[in-house]
Amino acid sequence: MNSFHAERAAAFTRDVPHAHWHDTALWFVRVKRDRGAASVPEWERLRDAASGIKAHTLSRLADYLEEFERNAASNGIQVHWARDGAEHNRIVGEILERRGVKVVAKSKSMLTEECGLNPYLEARGIEIVDTDLGERIVQLAGEPPSHIVMPAIHKKKEEIGELFHRKLGTAAGLSDPKVLTEAARQHLRRKFLGAQAGLSGVNFAVAETGGIVVVTNEGNADMGTSLPPVHVASMGVEKVIPRVRDLGIFLRLLARSATGQPVSTYTTHFHAPLRGGELHVVIVDNGRSQILGREPFRRSLSCIRCGACLNTCPVYRRSGGYSYSYLIPGPIGSVLGPQRDPVAHASLPFASSLCGSCSDVCPVKIDLHHELLALREEIRSQNILPWSKRLAMQVASFVLRHPVLYRASGRVARSLMRAGLVRFGPAGAWARQRELPEAPKESFRELWKREGGGREA
Amino acid sequence: MTAREAILSALRKNAPAPMPSPEHPEGMRFPDPVSQFLEAVKGVGGSAVRVADASALHHALSSLPVWAEARKVVSLVPGVGRSSVDLEAISDPHDLEGVDVAIIGGEVGVAENGAVWVPGRNLAPHRAIFVITEHLVLTVRAVDVVSNMQEAYARIQIERPGYGLFISGPSKTADIEQALVVGAHGARSCTVFVVG
Repeated sequence: MNSFHAERAAAFTRDVPHAHWHDTALWFVRVKRDRGAASVPEWERLRDAASGIKAHTLSRLADYLEEFERNAASNGIQVHWARDGAEHNRIVGEILERRGVKVVAKSKSMLTEECGLNPYLEARGIEIVDTDLGERIVQLAGEPPSHIVMPAIHKKKEEIGELFHRKLGTAAGLSDPKVLTEAARQHLRRKFLGAQAGLSGVNFAVAETGGIVVVTNEGNADMGTSLPPVHVASMGVEKVIPRVRDLGIFLRLLARSATGQPVSTYTTHFHAPLRGGELHVVIVDNGRSQILGREPFRRSLSCIRCGACLNTCPVYRRSGGYSYSYLIPGPIGSVLGPQRDPVAHASLPFASSLCGSCSDVCPVKIDLHHELLALREEIRSQNILPWSKRLAMQVASFVLRHPVLYRASGRVARSLMRAGLVRFGPAGAWARQRELPEAPKESFRELWKREGGGREA
Repeated sequence: MTAREAILSALRKNAPAPMPSPEHPEGMRFPDPVSQFLEAVKGVGGSAVRVADASALHHALSSLPVWAEARKVVSLVPGVGRSSVDLEAISDPHDLEGVDVAIIGGEVGVAENGAVWVPGRNLAPHRAIFVITEHLVLTVRAVDVVSNMQEAYARIQIERPGYGLFISGPSKTADIEQALVVGAHGARSCTVFVVG
């Protein structure tokens, strides 16, 4: 598969009505977010506080993780540490194998996607059931999530009806979201009742009390972790916050930023295992400590995974989650991906208009568009840009430094535009799906000269 | 070096200069938190009824269709409704499958978002009851309704047995084409009685 965002996006936008629908659906979520934000007079002060709490925590991350571990242990929670994805998977696998677990119910966790937990456990004969409806849909379809909050946002209801017909044996031709959701409820209820362990992510880990908070609308994390005796929760090192009262700040921002809801349906605080059960928390680094040391990109570790930057991004909305080579799409993924692998994800920081809308909606005020720009500079200096982009940049730089060439190229460009020829050749990508403006007959410089500009009348 | 030591030392090595912890802004206050709370519960897909006292609650409960039609019911609020299932006799929470209605006591109501704080001890002996039941009834005292989440956290205690949650309306999803559907995995309806 081609890893350039533009090439993948071209495939997505070929289906014009679907691409338009995707754009509209995501914008609708952005509008709901705006309504949610506007309902809170102190919204901007909440963002400042959230950003400040995260910056403070990042400056003392090791201390807070130790405090969390100490308090969690005294609550009867078993804390594990994993340097990378492989170590994380091994730890989770061993916990499950020790208890003879064959089926696990998993709620949403981008970290387990990052670590590749599902294929790891499946290879060991453990059935792993994604229980968030959107995640179950993409799991049944054999696809990764295309959005971090709405994993199946790229799918039309008719496609889901067809998928359920093939995989769950529902009647053919269903497309009513109510009927499809009910079918999934029945199917997943049986899976919940049969699972011997529950896996979840972690929205917040509270150092002060040694507990974790998991947020869902569907209740799938609660079903998955309150029936079987084993709960394994995976968290990145950056998920810890200092105090319980900080939750008041983050929870007022999270759901409003994500979907426009005033809060998610279930906000569950796990501070001890089930009676007679086990609660494990696996703390994962997997490159995060390196990002912490990189000043321009450090703030990306503040992310609370609300998805607001995806919903507002004009590039994400129009190109869909699968156009991004990293598993987290949109602006935040385009910051995180290249830090993990700059070669594989070299095109992502360029999949942005740098309009800054992502930074404006971010509830923890990550300077996303500045980080994207800084990454462009890194990628350029490491010489891993595709040759076409390198050449174009060199040509542009040369032309801009030579006034005669610049004026001549303006004349050429205007005549090419009038002839409609810019739709072809190297500039063609810019004209795709855009209406060209009418080319002026003369340049501003020519107009200025002709009108005698600069002289007193 | 263990993974723990390696991670902690890398985090210490790469940590930025110490940053102070910021002040929390004041959360918005409503002139009448209870009526705002009733509105908010409806806004998140639940129903909310204010009742004057225990006997009014009893009356309102018996006229609630999901309660009137229910066969398998559980009440964890002393003096409200009844239980047709002996929870203490159930050792495996899986056996709660099939409960039609559960009545659970909340400790704090939050006006800005319709959430009700349910401490773990109000769910005992089985946490799963709030999510496995087909329909949920919550109670909260009017004097325990606060304006916002910041005030709520100032009130609650995550005490042993170390579990508790906010519930805001019924279980829901919008994962299929952004269409809101109530009743994803948890309760298909959520009725909140505000007493007093």
